[in-house]
Amino acid sequence: MSPQSIFEKLWNSHHILTDEGESLMYVDVALAQENTLHAFTALEKAKRKVLHPQQIYAFTDHYVPTTGRAKGPAGIPDAGIRNMVIDMQDMAKKYGVTLFGMAHRDQGIMHIVPPEQGIIQPGLFVIGNDSHTSTHGAFGCLAYGVGASEFAHVMATQALWQRKPKAMRITIDGKLGFGVSAKDVILALIAKIGVDGATGYAMEYAGSTIAALSMEGRMTICNMSIEAGGRVGLIAPDDKTYAYVEGRQYAPKGKAWQQALDGWRALATDAGATFDKEVTLDAASIAPTATWGVNPSQALPVTGVVPDPAGIKDPQQRSEYETALEYMALRPGMGLQDIKLDRVFIGSCTNGRIEDLRAAAEVAKHGRAVVPTWVVPGSMSVMRQAEAEGLDKIFIKAGFEWRDPGCSMCTAINGDYLQPGERCASTSNRNFRNRQGPGGRTHLVSPAMAAAAAIKGHLTDVREILK
Amino acid sequence: MQPFTTLTAIAVPMHEANIDTNQLCPTRFNKVPRGPKYREILFYDSRFRPDGTQTEFMLNASPYDQSGVIVADRNFGCGSSRETAVYALYEFGIRCVIAPSFGDIFAANCAKNGLLALTLPEEECAAIRRQLQDKPGAKVSVDLAAQTVTDVAGKVHKFEIHEVRKRCLLEGLDDIARTQQYAERIAGFEKGYYKDRPWLGAAARQS
Repeated sequence: MSPQSIFEKLWNSHHILTDEGESLMYVDVALAQENTLHAFTALEKAKRKVLHPQQIYAFTDHYVPTTGRAKGPAGIPDAGIRNMVIDMQDMAKKYGVTLFGMAHRDQGIMHIVPPEQGIIQPGLFVIGNDSHTSTHGAFGCLAYGVGASEFAHVMATQALWQRKPKAMRITIDGKLGFGVSAKDVILALIAKIGVDGATGYAMEYAGSTIAALSMEGRMTICNMSIEAGGRVGLIAPDDKTYAYVEGRQYAPKGKAWQQALDGWRALATDAGATFDKEVTLDAASIAPTATWGVNPSQALPVTGVVPDPAGIKDPQQRSEYETALEYMALRPGMGLQDIKLDRVFIGSCTNGRIEDLRAAAEVAKHGRAVVPTWVVPGSMSVMRQAEAEGLDKIFIKAGFEWRDPGCSMCTAINGDYLQPGERCASTSNRNFRNRQGPGGRTHLVSPAMAAAAAIKGHLTDVREILK
Repeated sequence: MQPFTTLTAIAVPMHEANIDTNQLCPTRFNKVPRGPKYREILFYDSRFRPDGTQTEFMLNASPYDQSGVIVADRNFGCGSSRETAVYALYEFGIRCVIAPSFGDIFAANCAKNGLLALTLPEEECAAIRRQLQDKPGAKVSVDLAAQTVTDVAGKVHKFEIHEVRKRCLLEGLDDIARTQQYAERIAGFEKGYYKDRPWLGAAARQS
């Protein structure tokens, strides 16, 4: 048999049949959030059942408040937001799907809880009603974000019609510099290939830099694949992956664990496998990065200056830059580090894991927040771990606000949002206009960079603080 | 699902690339149940000021408040998987978006809701946008069966579309019904799949 990539192996192992040039694919696990109510409503309207409720997991994350939760959903002041949480929880119970509700001891973000629980294991086809479902590719899964209709289809049939994407390999080699994290790697990659650089492709990340990353770092990278247009971003599983999964709630145990390992070890890309497109990135060239514009590709090393549209030949790109600078209220030529901030947000499915909080706390030790700064752990489990390590105390001492888990100010739908004109350094994934609240301005950075920004009040090269 | 066959409608040019689903439907409206309210939600933050008054955004005024087609630039509908972006377009009356490329999830969501997301080469999209700029309120025609777009000048552009997507749109076909014809094949696949992977399933977690 000719050499295969992990993507091809995953594709083939879930392929049920081909009809009129489309593939019907078997889905192992489907992840829902409050907005998936649209999918449940569609099922109800059509009087359809959920075929395998035990393979569907529902999370309360987008709409839950990140403070004042003692009264549960009933205590959410805004009726629209409250009802989304209550209705989703009711729907999950009605259809018998596993619910990580607001009161669950392991509540948290749909892209943070499933790996923690061992629901995510190598080799699975995972779909989620959220574009950042690509996160789970970090475990060697095929993981797709889908809309409400396709999600309803999966609930009814446990399968999904797909056309095979092309394959792209991104090889990143070398040692990351001091103060450089996985977030900087993915921002640098998106700056290089563009926000549609991977549209139509399944991305595989490979190389020594990726191998050296922790599972948390790998999840950060795969998470933002969609910001380059890639619906799938994955990394072959290795011993680090197995060590992460072992012993978790839903992980195989005993004899089944040994069988699983044998299966998983065969997943990695074979030597000689070919790709439709290859991209390389030199880890040593990556610096702590920040976005200056209104999409994640508009990013530069934090030591850089805001680009001048006048110097850009391509009229299309020039006008994109002009629009971005106008919205962001920035002057061409000003240093990124001269950009003053009103707020800082640390959290989200991109950077709300324990390692992210450790990195932020390390920097927080060096000063005190001069602008309102929130730390929102990605899950209850992350929160407990952070508190066990005393990170909450470090944050509180530095004047950061320690809040309850959820998506919070990344997607800004639970009542946490920027005021018009406010400027925020954020560890989230999208700096789109109005994303963090109408009129809000977002600069995407790593957790360490966000903490540095918090104690300086402007975008800051974290290396200056840590040296 | 409403079938899509042919359409002749006012087309609105949107010159900006990378129009994301967050702009089509701002996040805070995702909780609105599907229905006519989405007409107002489309591009809400561009169309309305914080005090609720209307801006100069082109969809607010004649002729573009009657648009049935958007002619856009590349990567239209990138970002979030929210299907509410498609509900908003649909309720506004948009039945077709023409662009050089689309966000992957958005394109799939369109197809499930009777909205045709069709791709033409970058220069052809730019040429049609220029025509529309010169003649505000001009119409374009789309014929799905023939796979053609007729622009303002009467020039016919051929487009490619996957056979299945085309058939489902033409017939207004429900995807789930199509799949359920294969229920036995799915069940058979499942059996083999779990036999080969004894580590999956509840029993494997017990020992």
